[in-house]
Amino acid sequence: MIDARGLSKRFQDKKRGEIRAVDNVSFQCRPGKIYGLLGANGAGKTTTLRMLATILEPTDGTATICGYDVIEHPEKVRANVGFLSTATALYRRLTAQEFVEYFGRLNGLDEATLKKRVDEIFNRLDMNGFRDRRCDKLSTGMMQKTSIARTLVHDPPVMIFDEPTTGLDVMTARTIIGFIADCRDRGKTVIFSTHIMSEVERLCDHIGIIHGGKLLEEGTLSELRAKHNEHNLEEIIVKVVGPLANAEA
Amino acid sequence: MNLHAIGVVYRKELTEWLRDRRTLISTVLVPLLAFPILISGMISLSTILIGSAKKEVPKIMIIHGEDSPAVVDALKADKDVEVVPYADNWKDQISDKQIRAAVEIPEGFQSSLDKGTPQTIQIHYYEGELKSQFGAEHVEKSLKAYRDDLVKKRLEAKNLPDSLIAPFDTKQHNVAPPEKVGGASIGSMIGYMVIILSMTGAIYPAIDLTAGEKERGTMETILSSPVSRLDLVLGKFLLVFSASLTTAILSVTSMGLSFAYMGHALSNSANTSAAGIHMDLGLTSVVAVFLMALPLSVLFSAVLMTVALFAKTYKEAQSYLTPMTFIVVIPAIASVLPGVELTPKLALIPILNTSLVCKEIITGTYHWNSIAVIFASTCVYAAIAIFVAVKTFQRESVLFRS
Repeated sequence: MIDARGLSKRFQDKKRGEIRAVDNVSFQCRPGKIYGLLGANGAGKTTTLRMLATILEPTDGTATICGYDVIEHPEKVRANVGFLSTATALYRRLTAQEFVEYFGRLNGLDEATLKKRVDEIFNRLDMNGFRDRRCDKLSTGMMQKTSIARTLVHDPPVMIFDEPTTGLDVMTARTIIGFIADCRDRGKTVIFSTHIMSEVERLCDHIGIIHGGKLLEEGTLSELRAKHNEHNLEEIIVKVVGPLANAEA
Repeated sequence: MNLHAIGVVYRKELTEWLRDRRTLISTVLVPLLAFPILISGMISLSTILIGSAKKEVPKIMIIHGEDSPAVVDALKADKDVEVVPYADNWKDQISDKQIRAAVEIPEGFQSSLDKGTPQTIQIHYYEGELKSQFGAEHVEKSLKAYRDDLVKKRLEAKNLPDSLIAPFDTKQHNVAPPEKVGGASIGSMIGYMVIILSMTGAIYPAIDLTAGEKERGTMETILSSPVSRLDLVLGKFLLVFSASLTTAILSVTSMGLSFAYMGHALSNSANTSAAGIHMDLGLTSVVAVFLMALPLSVLFSAVLMTVALFAKTYKEAQSYLTPMTFIVVIPAIASVLPGVELTPKLALIPILNTSLVCKEIITGTYHWNSIAVIFASTCVYAAIAIFVAVKTFQRESVLFRS
């Protein structure tokens, strides 16, 4: 369960002064559901997800994940979260197995449990063929699988995906999409951001449209379609964001 | 603080570090091979050059001396020099290395000798040119032998003993132990080397574990794990510290063994005095130097990590850390400079204090009070540096600088 309440993040920029990257954002994500965060580049998606993953600390507001506050108990929050983005790279001089084991140990797993979990994940993701290969020798698809294994090793109840398919080929992207759906089916709380509308339509139970750091619209896909009298999700986003974007221009 | 988490981070960093070919070259191979090659190369080269210079029979020229045939004949009779005919361009010939020296005998030298009036013979040579210096030495030796023979004959003619001109002798006796004599020769260099190598050994891993992680995109990966920033920075710091110590230990061991081997080799050869270096160091002194360098190594590791963390890329970090090398070299080299002594005020200046106390330890002239003050003050600086490193690791503006 994710419960964001008035999340805000301000940065100081030497040239532009104070920047409100995220401004008073509130939403909830429930177990067994996928929440899609949609928005253009610089809308505040990554900053929001980084705050939920406690990589960044909110300037105002807060969020709780599995009952733990992101400001007060960041380590406990991270122990309950699997975070995956295109920016979360692998340690190239470790093997795929060593990489996954490293994160298992950081999550406090004992050696027996760790071995069991690693074997289980490597079997499930069909990774045994390259488990002893160094990460710098892996293909993009193998790297993505290794990253997925890293997020799963401690079996977190909450999964956060920040544009996980950006820049990936079709086959690798399909693996990721399948994995996200699998997480939902296993009862995990999932939040993910993306630019790709087909992914949203296929996966998301709930959608939030963010622009200029503000959460402008929220609802299920059918609710949004009904409210804006528009079937195409891209058009819905243009309708929601367009007036603001034009004003900014 | 979670010791288990720190250990997990350290173990992983160590695994990656040991698998990096650049690490093996910069931390292990270079320090192990640089000194044996450098030292043996330098000594072998100097031995060969000095040996060949000494073997040469120098060509010399005599200026004037037509009225003093006895001294000219004495020089010509010396098989260690070859007298060539006089030419007006004798200065140019010395510069052009055609002759090694020129002996200028004053006019009326012989008659002055007979009258007992002192005269001065000038030996012209080229300062800094080894063979010219040796040529001048040969000439001086030959003339001294002529002079001594002359004095002896005069004393004999008057039935006086040789002791008349040398009523007593003087002899120097060294009371310093051999290892301290060695310390005086290269002790100042040991402290300098330990300080410099402690730093250079830490530079590469400090960059790799901070700016390198940012550049490779693994910083966000590790920050999304439950490990606390404190445990993360301490695990990384321990690896940088280990690298710093490893480089310093390997370098000094390699340097010590090279000196010992070359000292042994030279003592068995005819050219022992040619090198003029005492090469035995007390093991206790070397260990003591390392103990003094420990807190300094901690200080370097923490400071380098903190500075490198501000960079976004490996190259940017290198450009930040290169000027730091000069900041360290200046106080570190103080121990090599003559006349710089440890004072209570200097004992509080980091790097400089360690550099000076290392020299004192090696030469056996240390005071426990100074050692305690320096060790304690460097520990305080090191603790402050670690604190700053931890705080910097918690700053989002530094970790996610764009």
